[in-house]
Amino acid sequence: MSWFGSFLKSSIGQKIIMSLTGLFLIQFLAVHLIGNLQLLANDGGQQFNLYAKFMTTNPVIKTVSYLLYASILLHAVQGLWLWSRNKAAKGGKYAVMAKESSTYASRNMGWLGIIILVFIILHLWQFWFQMKMGWLEMKTYDGVEVKNLYAPVAYAFKQWWYVLIYVLAMGVIGLHLHHGFQSAFQTLGLNHKKYTPLIKFLGTAYAILVPLGFALIPIIFFLFR
Amino acid sequence: MKLNLKVWRQRSNNDKGAFATYQVEANEHMSFLEMLDVLNEQLIAKKETPVAFEHDCREGICGACSMVINGRPHGPQQGTTTCQLHMRAFEDGDTIFIEPFRARAFPVVKDLVVDRSGFDRIIQSGGFVSVNTGQAQDGNAIPIEKDLAGEAFDAATCIGCGACVAACPNGAAMLFTSAKVTHLGLLPQGKVEHSKRVLSMVKAMDEEGFGMCSNVGACSVECPKEISLENIARMNRDYIGASLASDKTV
Ligand code: HEM
Ligand code: SF4
Ligand code: FES
Repeated sequence: MSWFGSFLKSSIGQKIIMSLTGLFLIQFLAVHLIGNLQLLANDGGQQFNLYAKFMTTNPVIKTVSYLLYASILLHAVQGLWLWSRNKAAKGGKYAVMAKESSTYASRNMGWLGIIILVFIILHLWQFWFQMKMGWLEMKTYDGVEVKNLYAPVAYAFKQWWYVLIYVLAMGVIGLHLHHGFQSAFQTLGLNHKKYTPLIKFLGTAYAILVPLGFALIPIIFFLFR
Repeated sequence: MKLNLKVWRQRSNNDKGAFATYQVEANEHMSFLEMLDVLNEQLIAKKETPVAFEHDCREGICGACSMVINGRPHGPQQGTTTCQLHMRAFEDGDTIFIEPFRARAFPVVKDLVVDRSGFDRIIQSGGFVSVNTGQAQDGNAIPIEKDLAGEAFDAATCIGCGACVAACPNGAAMLFTSAKVTHLGLLPQGKVEHSKRVLSMVKAMDEEGFGMCSNVGACSVECPKEISLENIARMNRDYIGASLASDKTV
């Protein structure tokens, strides 16, 4: 096998794929949040719709979006595959479970990932698919015609069950990232007392603030709009 | 003190195995292994088969005394092996679950004894220095920075007990392998073959069927020698470096 093939197939190489795709998704989630915060502009969706048009038509961003789809797919498929291979490598369970020696999130990355995957599918079906299939009505702002993505979002955020699913899913992403953020650096071999405390701090802050930011938007819509 | 033991009994690797319940009268000054000796004397007196468990030095240096006590390899105490655990860590009337290390790469031989020869094969693949380094060196004949020597020494305290694999939900052997890679790779005599060593030892580890590291960290918490996760990160980056930038292949 070529050196690169054996590198990627090794246990460390397999984890590097998870780490790099995970870090890319982390970066994307922050950008996505900046976009979503524009839902709060209280202008009937103008700013949000114009931003959505920019994000779906700008060629650079379009290219990056294909990378994103590939990353999500690769991360999910690879994650679940690793998870099942790791379960097989364990080969059994203890009668007593020692909870004190590791965190809940670190032991349950696969389950958390499955929940996130289900949420992503629902999420894409509700918003992304409608946008891509041209099922949205058009709106015109100062002569610019855009798809009114704001309408289905504002509608969904008025359904209590959707808001509930959304908020719970953000909690799950927070747990996944609380372990995942710092884990991705450890996988790449970056663990040193010089900077690991900072990585852990940033990871915790990210895992709390970003999902919280996402979750607040439907809550505000549900309660005040 | 009276104890209620639930001990894993398994006649051979092919046997399914199950817990058996025993009552033992121990005292708090006994080590955990001495308590098991008492149990075995009871069983022998009743003409039953004693519980098979591994032990050798009984002072925390050989790494033989592998077992999982109430879900924790080497029991609840931090930084000690089973043989260094005393019954004062338990209360009168406690129920204690005693199981073998579980990992696909550590098949059960009998009762609490597992086959850890996978570790030997990882060492054989590169956990050595191939040149003759002669007699023990005179102090300071080879200058080594104090911090570096300290780090190498910390890694060298790994006794190859396998508790890291037993604690890991993935049955991964990264803590052990990285400790071995580090302790040789940081010192001048071992540095020469470092790239090749990292590549071969990781390959051997994968071939033995150990799992992949999810950075759960239970290995380091349960390790009787408190080997740090920094060693795993060092092995990862040296593996990346050796794969991308050295001519060595394995
Ligand atoms: C699509 C559904 C997802 C699935 C099925 C999934 C699954 C997994 C699994 C099983 C792991 C653990 C891998 C291991 O350490 O052995 C993992 C790690 C990780 N995930 Fe996800 N995940 C998903 C979504 C996400 C998302 C949306 C993000 C970021 C926004 C993310 C970020 C991470 C990071 C950073 C890691 C750590 C990588 C490492 O340990 O090196 N994941 N994921
Ligand atoms: S790293 Fe710790 S737990 Fe693992 S074999 Fe070495 S001493 Fe035992
Ligand atoms: S018997 Fe040697 S370490 Fe316990």
